[in-house]
Amino acid sequence: MHQAALLGGMIHDASHYGWKVAQPPHDWGKMAEAVQNHVKSLNWGHRVQLQDRKVKYFNFKASFVNPHMVCGVSKGGEETLLSADHIVIATGGRPRYPTHIEGALEYGITSDDIFWLKESPGKTLVVGASYVALECAGFLTGLGLDTTVMIRSVPLRAFDQQMASLVTEHMAVHGTRILRGCTPLRVERLSDGRLQVTWVDLASDKKDTGTFDTVLWAVGRVPETRGLNLEKAGVRTNPNTQKILVDAQEATSVPHIYAIGDVAEGRPELTPTAIMAGRLLAQRLCSRSSDLMDYDNVPTTVFTPLEYGCVGLSEEEAVARHGEERVEVYHAYYKPLEFVVPERDASQCYIKMVCLREPPQLVLGLHFLGPNAGEVTQGFALGIKCGASYQHVMRTVGIHPTCAEEVAKLRISKRSGLDPTVTGC
Amino acid sequence: MGCSKSKEARVAERQADGKRGRGGRRAAKDHLFSPTSPENSTGSASTALTGPSAQLQAWIDSHSEVTLSKSTCKRYTEVKKLFKSISVPYFLLELDQAENGRGLEGALCELTLKTDVPVVFVKRRQLGGHGPTLKAYQEGRLQNLLKMNGPGDLPESYDYDLIIVGGGSGGLAAAKEAAKYDKKVMVLDFVTPTPLGTRWGLGGTCVNVGCIPKKLMHQAALLGQALRDSRNYGWNVEEIVKHDWERMTEAVQNHIGSLNWGYRVALREKKVTYENAYGQFVGPHRIKATNNKGKEKIYSAERFLIATGERPRYLGIPGDKEYCISSDDLFSLPYCPGKTLVVGASYVALECAGFLAGIGLDVTVMVRSILLRGFDQDMANKIGEHMEEHGIKFIRQFVPIKVEQIEAGTPGRLRVVAKSTDSDITIEGEYNTVLLAIGRDACTREIGLENVGVKLNEQTGKIPVTDEEQTSVPYIYAIGDVLEGKLELTPVAIQAGRLLVRRLYGSSTVKCDYENVPTTVFTPLEYGACGLSEEKAVEKFGEENIEVYHSHFWPLEWTIPSRDNNKCYAKIVCNIKDSERVVGFHVLGPNAGEVTQGFAAALKCGLTKDQLDGTIGIHPVCAEVFTTLSVTKRSGENILQTGCG
Repeated sequence: MHQAALLGGMIHDASHYGWKVAQPPHDWGKMAEAVQNHVKSLNWGHRVQLQDRKVKYFNFKASFVNPHMVCGVSKGGEETLLSADHIVIATGGRPRYPTHIEGALEYGITSDDIFWLKESPGKTLVVGASYVALECAGFLTGLGLDTTVMIRSVPLRAFDQQMASLVTEHMAVHGTRILRGCTPLRVERLSDGRLQVTWVDLASDKKDTGTFDTVLWAVGRVPETRGLNLEKAGVRTNPNTQKILVDAQEATSVPHIYAIGDVAEGRPELTPTAIMAGRLLAQRLCSRSSDLMDYDNVPTTVFTPLEYGCVGLSEEEAVARHGEERVEVYHAYYKPLEFVVPERDASQCYIKMVCLREPPQLVLGLHFLGPNAGEVTQGFALGIKCGASYQHVMRTVGIHPTCAEEVAKLRISKRSGLDPTVTGC
Repeated sequence: MGCSKSKEARVAERQADGKRGRGGRRAAKDHLFSPTSPENSTGSASTALTGPSAQLQAWIDSHSEVTLSKSTCKRYTEVKKLFKSISVPYFLLELDQAENGRGLEGALCELTLKTDVPVVFVKRRQLGGHGPTLKAYQEGRLQNLLKMNGPGDLPESYDYDLIIVGGGSGGLAAAKEAAKYDKKVMVLDFVTPTPLGTRWGLGGTCVNVGCIPKKLMHQAALLGQALRDSRNYGWNVEEIVKHDWERMTEAVQNHIGSLNWGYRVALREKKVTYENAYGQFVGPHRIKATNNKGKEKIYSAERFLIATGERPRYLGIPGDKEYCISSDDLFSLPYCPGKTLVVGASYVALECAGFLAGIGLDVTVMVRSILLRGFDQDMANKIGEHMEEHGIKFIRQFVPIKVEQIEAGTPGRLRVVAKSTDSDITIEGEYNTVLLAIGRDACTREIGLENVGVKLNEQTGKIPVTDEEQTSVPYIYAIGDVLEGKLELTPVAIQAGRLLVRRLYGSSTVKCDYENVPTTVFTPLEYGACGLSEEKAVEKFGEENIEVYHSHFWPLEWTIPSRDNNKCYAKIVCNIKDSERVVGFHVLGPNAGEVTQGFAAALKCGLTKDQLDGTIGIHPVCAEVFTTLSVTKRSGENILQTGCG
């Protein structure tokens, strides 16, 4: 859906590049159908793959009976008992509903619903400041919908905050309405079927209301651990987060029970980490591998309208760990070549590399805001894994003309106070 | 008669001290009353000279005073005495002692229409023989002539610290860097118009007729694909969208114009002198700058940097220069090229063919032998296949032998006759435009290198340099596409120029590293590469010592429009004997350049397959495929992509 939104932007660009095209309306239903068909084909593909590899698949809801046995309940309510030497919990998380808010559950939806809506959500209020919130708000705006994001405190907590504010600034400039420092109080259904949301501005304590077609909660996710009867197996969780406590081997408090992915405490909630953790665990269990999952320097990308890719430490975290005096930050505002013809605004296209100040200036973190951020970040993540220093990156010849080459040309340090705007070629 | 008797220096005369030159065999020598430059006194008179007239002209052009005579001539000793007495650096040539003296004598005859010697030239003007010279001295005219153009031609100080010939990416980068060290810098840039008269502003190939317009037109073509895709994503775009060449070209040219301007401003701000003039070496430390009105000026500098780049090659067949265009013309073509024949298989050829087809034109590519010579051939062939599947026609193993105009116009109609490379079969075709992209030639043959002795590879016209970008003449350096055996890439030229200047004027010792330089070909399916091709790796390490991991992948964005499955391809080449270190990285897919850059940095850090496997992917992007490569080419296992991870 992010891609659908990007394509909307490309249609706009296309006319500047000589294509005789006017901005057409967007058909939500058609997009949703295409996306859902693809997802279904992936579902099918996974089932086929499991079958090919002789993995038994049960469409059951499972819970523990004892440390070696789980009970599976089918759709029809039939129960099946299954036992195993090793058990891996990988139940993930589900969006959280702010149940203390009146009308939240009855009238709101979450990201679990939005991709499956057959009709356009219309004017939408997205509540939350997580990447889910910003991504959804971003593509809804891109598809031409009137979209508002309500953020209680800071966007993208745990991400680099300078980058986070550039992300939201870009969204605001491109038509997403952002309500900061506000929290919803209640959601009511009006007689015309629309939803009236009442919220409070936390600073002024002033109340305000707005009418929306859809309210999307993106206020966090809860691990799917409650229905598992973990206590029957003796698997311990963090009472605050409900996540399962694991060690470096991904083992829970019960040695033969493991947990990977979003249910595990302290793990990044990212698909590829879950995949790799699962794969490595299987290799340790089934063959003689002893390779452990390395959770450091995990790259990730936020698919907001202007994509944000990062790996390693945020500037705040680097300063916290090493002290401001020992950290050097190189940065640049740049303009993607493709932006010049359609005269797109590139005010938020920004790159930051956080390094140790002492030579050879080991790279601690890389933050990239711009088109194709994921593609750009992946290789550098590898570089950081290989112990890249600032010097290594500077000695890498750029690929011209790309956005990624700007990373290899970061020459201005924040400390110098010089203007980091890239000019010319 | 006091003439030189030296075996090695057939023509040589000393200034007062009479010290023998250290140079080896030389045909001529400078005489400096005050040798301010070591390069001068050790002799840099050309060793690779062309014809005698050119040689003669070069001497006349590059010295304030030139006397041509014969060792047996009595009158010339008086002339010599005169110049000695007024302490003027003078240049003396004894025709009867010189190598090729006879040829020179003939050339002199042609030039002066006289047969008498001596002949004296001052400041490139023929003063005449013995009599007129003495007379000019007595009347003070000689002294005035010598004062022209400042304090004499080989002054105690040079006009500039550094003169850069060529204002492209490399030259400008070097100029700006040198300005940081408070050096007096001049850039000479002049665009010789194409046979069709196209010319452009400051900035060189990349900005004007290379990377920048190419990438923008490639982007236009990608947007055409985006328009088709967008229908599948719910955007109700019309079935057929027409493209307006003029609008695109105007937008592209506007951007280029702003860049040209930006460069001029940047040079001015940095106090670099810029002259829109053609630079030609005329003698040691001296260059002649000719502007578009034919006005000539001579400048001297302590050091020179050659950064003249390359220009497209023509076929040398009837009709090529009259009717064909090159990439130098295409990006500013005032009309849509229509049905186009692209001749060549270089990346320029394939990129142009790709975007022309992408904006809806009928495009044919005529290829003599293989695609993308020098690139990984497995990748090159996949690019070709993809282009063919997307409607670009390929005529293989044919070369054009004649181009005729059927009808003039914008575009007109051309008939191309081509001959098979392995038989006598000829074919004919009709096109609106013929674009030649058969290669590029270094602009080194008409910049007076013979006058200063910079060695060229005579076959390729390229300049061999040391690993510090120094030519055979110590005070002359070269960077960019004119270099022999180096990469023809903008960022490489920039890097080389910048590092060179830091070595010259800063205290740096860092050399440009030409290894593991990443690059991207912006064909419809982009190709990014870094390190060795599979062929090169096999050649270097042996087939048994390399392991190739590969996979197809299907960009998530392409699944919805359901196009081009199993076209994108990722490949790494590893050296088994060196812990499976990655020696080659190749990717075919969208945003290949963006993908490749970071991996290039990782290759610099000695990336191994193990580290690749240990890196977490970013989901869902194309680049993540490299973190999950498990199938070796040797195994022959299936690499067709089915689902997610």
